Amino acid sequence: MRPETTNRKLTWWGINILVLLYAFIPVGWLISLSVKDAGTLNDGKYFPTSPTGASYTAIFKNPDFVRALINSIGICLISTLVAIVLGTMSAYAIARLEFPGKRLIVAMALLISMFPAIALVTPLFKIETALGLFDTWPGLIIPYITFALPLAIYTLSAFFREIPWDLEKAAKMDGATPYQAFRQVITPLAMPGIFTTAILVFIACWNDFLFALSLTSTSRARTVPAAMSYFAGATTFEKPTGPISAAAVVITIPIVIFVLVFQRRIVAGLTSGAVKG
Amino acid sequence: MTTLPSPPAAEATEERLDDGTVEIARQRYTDAKKAERRLGLMLVAPAVVLMLAVTAYPILYAIWLSLNKADLRRPNDNQFIWFDNYITVLSSPIWWTAFGVTMLITVISAALELVFGMLLAIVMHRTIVGRGLVRTSALVPYAIVTVVAAFSWRFAWTEDLGWLAPAGSAPLTKFGTSIAIIILAEVWKTVPFMALLLMAGLALVPEDLLKAASMDGATAWKRFWMVTVPLIKPAILVALLFRTLDAFRIFDNIYILTSGANHTSSVSMLTYSNLIRGLNLGIGSAMSVLIFITTGIIAFIFIKLFGAAAPGADAGGRR
Repeated sequence: MRPETTNRKLTWWGINILVLLYAFIPVGWLISLSVKDAGTLNDGKYFPTSPTGASYTAIFKNPDFVRALINSIGICLISTLVAIVLGTMSAYAIARLEFPGKRLIVAMALLISMFPAIALVTPLFKIETALGLFDTWPGLIIPYITFALPLAIYTLSAFFREIPWDLEKAAKMDGATPYQAFRQVITPLAMPGIFTTAILVFIACWNDFLFALSLTSTSRARTVPAAMSYFAGATTFEKPTGPISAAAVVITIPIVIFVLVFQRRIVAGLTSGAVKG
Repeated sequence: MTTLPSPPAAEATEERLDDGTVEIARQRYTDAKKAERRLGLMLVAPAVVLMLAVTAYPILYAIWLSLNKADLRRPNDNQFIWFDNYITVLSSPIWWTAFGVTMLITVISAALELVFGMLLAIVMHRTIVGRGLVRTSALVPYAIVTVVAAFSWRFAWTEDLGWLAPAGSAPLTKFGTSIAIIILAEVWKTVPFMALLLMAGLALVPEDLLKAASMDGATAWKRFWMVTVPLIKPAILVALLFRTLDAFRIFDNIYILTSGANHTSSVSMLTYSNLIRGLNLGIGSAMSVLIFITTGIIAFIFIKLFGAAAPGADAGGRR
């Protein structure tokens, strides 16, 4: 029995390593490119031979990149915050209350989550230009919130359905005020779901490229993914491979840390909305 | 759904008493109902208004623009031209090439994602060692910005730079290899999402059922096809529907990998070029509307023909 289990374990480790390679090879390649020096950049080797931090120094001296990083962080944080507040309100209503048009709202959220964003780019471009929102933070924040809302509403209402709401009543019977019951009983139960949803929404905003590309024209509101596609080398002949890789690594690090720390919650969040129906 | 404390009480009083109490109780019940409705509507109102303002209105506006000649380079030439833009688009070989390319990428990547997603889901579900490690690292491709991953693949396949590029050839300058790399980038990025949805399905397959089948002499292969697949069919269909619609709007990967060179434009890419590079809002809007309609048709086929239960479609009954 014993050697058999060891064998099985070894087989599974082999399979697990394949998964790790699959997940990390493209990431490792970007890290490698970002630390290669000018002499070995084009050697076509996976691992760097003489690592340097020059590309990182270069991008943090580039005002367009720094500005884009601030834009990305600011726009995504604001969008996430607003989407979570509006999403929590709607999800609470959908999970807990009876009111007309509920199904319609759920169907609408579903439609929007499947919506081809490109179909909105043309009209939004025209509308935002007319309203003076083009190339501003709100000009990106508004569509981001809209596309984050269905995700937020689904995930949150799935979480809210799992909360034992009777506890609130029990707390009140034990003499808690409605505020205490909410603050000390319901909030701690709801927070993990809200937090998970916030991570998913943030990742979705951080990932956007199409809106960032079409609804901005200068570095005023351009986020990092869009800014990266406009990177140019110091001279026309120098390709900006190193700086692009460094920028890519910089915007990947926070997300990878999120994932490593909150793996369990992200898995729960991603699957809660989709499968229980 | 939530049961309010009032209705059973109201019914109970109705049977025994026949004086004013019934009226009062009923009144209270309706008041509570009304208050609940009002609260519910108030809570969803901001989200609904925003979603309608940012999607429904622009789509109507896009339909209107698509019926007009609206070229930003010739602003004085705007006029209502009925379906001329649609005729222009639908009779253009460029549109049909892009449509074919998009369909090709969608079908192949959705199929590959299903296969690899299922394999990854089984690994994540079944592995007896390092489960947390596997699940965590499988999330990395999902979480990475698509543009970042696309750059990684582009550099990897660039001649004289990339570790994957064969010497003396530039795969991203030819149609066939470009499409293959676009599909690779797309599949790499989205297999984890597919796998997570499928894994949630796998978790619902009762272990006893698999054991029973095993007792009856079913091989692992047979158990998978005869027990697991039928049971997780809803999860598979939902995952496929999501991914098909998502793959159909492919933009980021193509923009970074080829910028649509060598006929590798997708419909989204083509619409973008018409809007931002061509500044032709009429044609761009006509394409937007056509993409919107196609998405609708794909969703319809999935839901009606394959019986995919749209998630949340029956949310009223979900507890």
